[in-house]
Amino acid sequence: MTRSYLLRRLLIAVPVLLGTTLLIFSLVFALPGDPIRRLAGNHRISESTYREISHRYHLDEPFAVQYLEYIKGIAHGDLGEDFHGQEVSDIIKQRFPVTLRLTVGAFAIEILLGLLAAFVAALRKGTFLDSFILVSTLALITIPVFVLGFLAQLMFGVKLHWLPIAGIREGWLSYLLPALVLGVGSAASIGRFARSNLLENLSSEHINAATARGLPRHRVLGFHVLRNALVPIVTLLGLDFAFLMGGAPITEQIFNLPGLGQQLILGVQNENGPVVVGLVTLAALIFIFMNLLVDLLCAYLDPRIRYG
Amino acid sequence: MPESRHLLEVDDLRVEFQTDKGAVKAVDGISYTLERGEVLAILGESGSGKTVHARAILGILDIPPASIKGSVRLEGVDLIGLRESDIHQVRGERISMLFQDPHTALDPVFSVGSQIEELLRARRSLSRREARREAIDLLTRVGIASPKERLKSFPHQLSGGIAQRVMVAMSIALNPEVLLADEPTSSLDVTVQAQVLELLESLMRDFNVGLVLITHNLDIAAGFADRIAVMYAGKIVETGPAREIHERPIHPYTGALLKSVPKLDLKQDRLQAIDGSPPNLINPPSGCPFHPRCPFAIERCRVEVPELREWLPGREAACHRALEVEP
Amino acid sequence: MASQMGPSPVVAELDPQVDKQERDATLWGDVWKKLRRDKRFLIAATLILIFLLMGAVPQLFTHADPRQCDILKFAQRPSRHLWFGRDILGCDYYARVIYGARTSLIVGLVTSASTITIALIFGSIAGYFGGVPDAIIMRIADVWFSIPTILGAILLLTLIHGSGPLIVAFVLILFGWPDITRLVRASVVSGKERGYVRASRALGASNRYILAKHVLPNGIAPLFIYGAYGVGAAIGGEAGLTFLGVGLRLPTISWGLQIAVAQDRFFEFPHLLFFPSLFLSVLIGAFILLGETLRDALDPRVFGSA
Repeated sequence: MTRSYLLRRLLIAVPVLLGTTLLIFSLVFALPGDPIRRLAGNHRISESTYREISHRYHLDEPFAVQYLEYIKGIAHGDLGEDFHGQEVSDIIKQRFPVTLRLTVGAFAIEILLGLLAAFVAALRKGTFLDSFILVSTLALITIPVFVLGFLAQLMFGVKLHWLPIAGIREGWLSYLLPALVLGVGSAASIGRFARSNLLENLSSEHINAATARGLPRHRVLGFHVLRNALVPIVTLLGLDFAFLMGGAPITEQIFNLPGLGQQLILGVQNENGPVVVGLVTLAALIFIFMNLLVDLLCAYLDPRIRYG
Repeated sequence: MPESRHLLEVDDLRVEFQTDKGAVKAVDGISYTLERGEVLAILGESGSGKTVHARAILGILDIPPASIKGSVRLEGVDLIGLRESDIHQVRGERISMLFQDPHTALDPVFSVGSQIEELLRARRSLSRREARREAIDLLTRVGIASPKERLKSFPHQLSGGIAQRVMVAMSIALNPEVLLADEPTSSLDVTVQAQVLELLESLMRDFNVGLVLITHNLDIAAGFADRIAVMYAGKIVETGPAREIHERPIHPYTGALLKSVPKLDLKQDRLQAIDGSPPNLINPPSGCPFHPRCPFAIERCRVEVPELREWLPGREAACHRALEVEP
Repeated sequence: MASQMGPSPVVAELDPQVDKQERDATLWGDVWKKLRRDKRFLIAATLILIFLLMGAVPQLFTHADPRQCDILKFAQRPSRHLWFGRDILGCDYYARVIYGARTSLIVGLVTSASTITIALIFGSIAGYFGGVPDAIIMRIADVWFSIPTILGAILLLTLIHGSGPLIVAFVLILFGWPDITRLVRASVVSGKERGYVRASRALGASNRYILAKHVLPNGIAPLFIYGAYGVGAAIGGEAGLTFLGVGLRLPTISWGLQIAVAQDRFFEFPHLLFFPSLFLSVLIGAFILLGETLRDALDPRVFGSA
């Protein structure tokens, strides 16, 4: 991989990082009204607390300074303090593993099921199996995550008693249903996309040429078709990650998983501003990082990107 | 027991496509033979069926919507209707194809070296090192300088001429007996075209390969081929030795083709385009497919499909008025 | 693939001698013809029309007043007189579900229409002019894009102390515009290097003319598709946000609210969950199906990018 591409990509990421944190910061602190009152919601805070918070966020100083201090804080892992005195970063450390397991599980399901469905549908194009996959993926995309969640709970938890439907007491099994619910919609959309992508690749000229010169079919499919199809699929996977992150709160809520998503909702319900801001900032940072990874991976997969 | 074995014998090959506007008769019953060391040019415009027939022979058309009838015998073995596992054996090792645009025919995400090597390793069970040496050897044979460095190049980094040479290398890598070259030079610069053609010619002679050169370019056909078969609307309308066809065409279509190409050594007032438009292959014209555009057409041409028959020794044409008129 | 094999009769239609205007008209005509024959399109369109009617004139579907509730009859099961039963406040559930259509449609249509308008304007500017305007627009888009939509919406809606379909729509637009804008920009970029654009420019056409006559019409096709998908996504987004408690609030009638309320009680009273979920899924599904059929009909080969 050429160094220059790597460097360029990293350089682009920096202004985006700054811009995003600036955006979130502005939304909280630069909108008209009193930011502290806004963060506090309906909580009452004493004069001294007010002054303390004011000082901590440097609200008496110019906006630029406020922002810089905020950035410095983030760089050191300090995302502020909520109104119960807890450090937001501590809260994150506590709940992060749960959400990580949920999201990674959903991501894995998305990749495995989605690509499997795509391959089967593409190679068996026009058959009943293909049509079945097309229809079922369409249904899975359109049904909202929370509806799917309830259906899954009803079906697998209550009626069939196969899987736990709440809490994390049963180890990885507890994560199975939530990860499925969160991941299956994305699996469906990746599956559809990958299917049409594969079909396009299957009939592309260089595949014909490879077959014509005598390359074995398994090599043509497993190597050339797959590799060429990968770049747009990987890109889409990266973009879809935002969807997974957005669906986590809903999923954790329904299945009562003590993760960051649930924390976010609690923060909203309790009008705990700093928690909400901190979590959203974290999510944005993760997403930016994710996209960076995706771009680098694509550059590795497709030499035309890195050699221009 | 077949008496004389032609290297390649195409017999009444038909290819039809089902589209939602009807069945397209892309190849409507063509027959020809090819011998070792011979260059046969299939000359025709786009839509004549020349490319389709080659793909049908190699079995790289999707079977629905395409349907193929007839036979194509490679040293007596019929390729049409072979199972995939059998035709797979034949591809590359006995018959191979050269594609028009090397940049679309090469996989953009792999280096050219790895593409050559994987073929060698898959079909000839060579080790990595042996495959690499063989690949370098192949690149040298097709006249590529610094072959060792070239192996690492990606297709988009190569010029058209070099990329096409790489394609040539890949198509002869397994020593086939027949090579179908589908417009191998059409996407190249004129100066490079001649080089690639000469390369093909010399390789062919060296290895006693039979070459089917598909082209729309009359000069190329006349300059490099031993024999020419002219295709129109999915049928062969004229065959014969290349020189003779070029000097004295029998079929009106061939004549019209000749007149529509500018010649540097002849003083011409105007180019003569061929009247009318290419034939509709779903509803082809009745009788002779060329009759709507033919300056010599008579009533019989509208009604009766002319057979391809021998009018002069070694010269066939599908025309009712073959020797009457001067195309 | 057929275009590589032999001539398609369709090629004859694209005779370059035909005036480009005429050709465009026949291409769009082709699209319409294709759509008319597609069963999925007919299903989707019918469903959408029914829902639009439901939103515009709910009285056509029910005479009951969704706000007239009898608390004593709470969560009554469906019966022949009350098709969907009653909700936990004793209101006619069928009426409430019917009236819920309007809210979802407003959010969905306003969000999607605004997003594609923004995308059209900024995407075209960025794509066509390149350079500084492109950089500025794209960097701003990158920044908004980095915040996942639902999360950003949660953030914003907690900070803004207002509520209502238009506010939810506004928030969804804020986080949704970058994605489509990028797509339009890509489409414009690939469109402006076409032969006929260069020819036009060589003949002295102004930028505005080229944009309006050549670049935009080709960039528009994907917008129909993403517009349709966008409505579905926005409706789903609003329902999700409302379900989480940050979206719409009472007394707005919204399926998201109904589902949120129903979730704790769904073992006892499954009908509370079932009906709004059904309507929600079907409406989203109809728009997504519409998007799919549009995508198939507006195959890029028809518009000459292949």
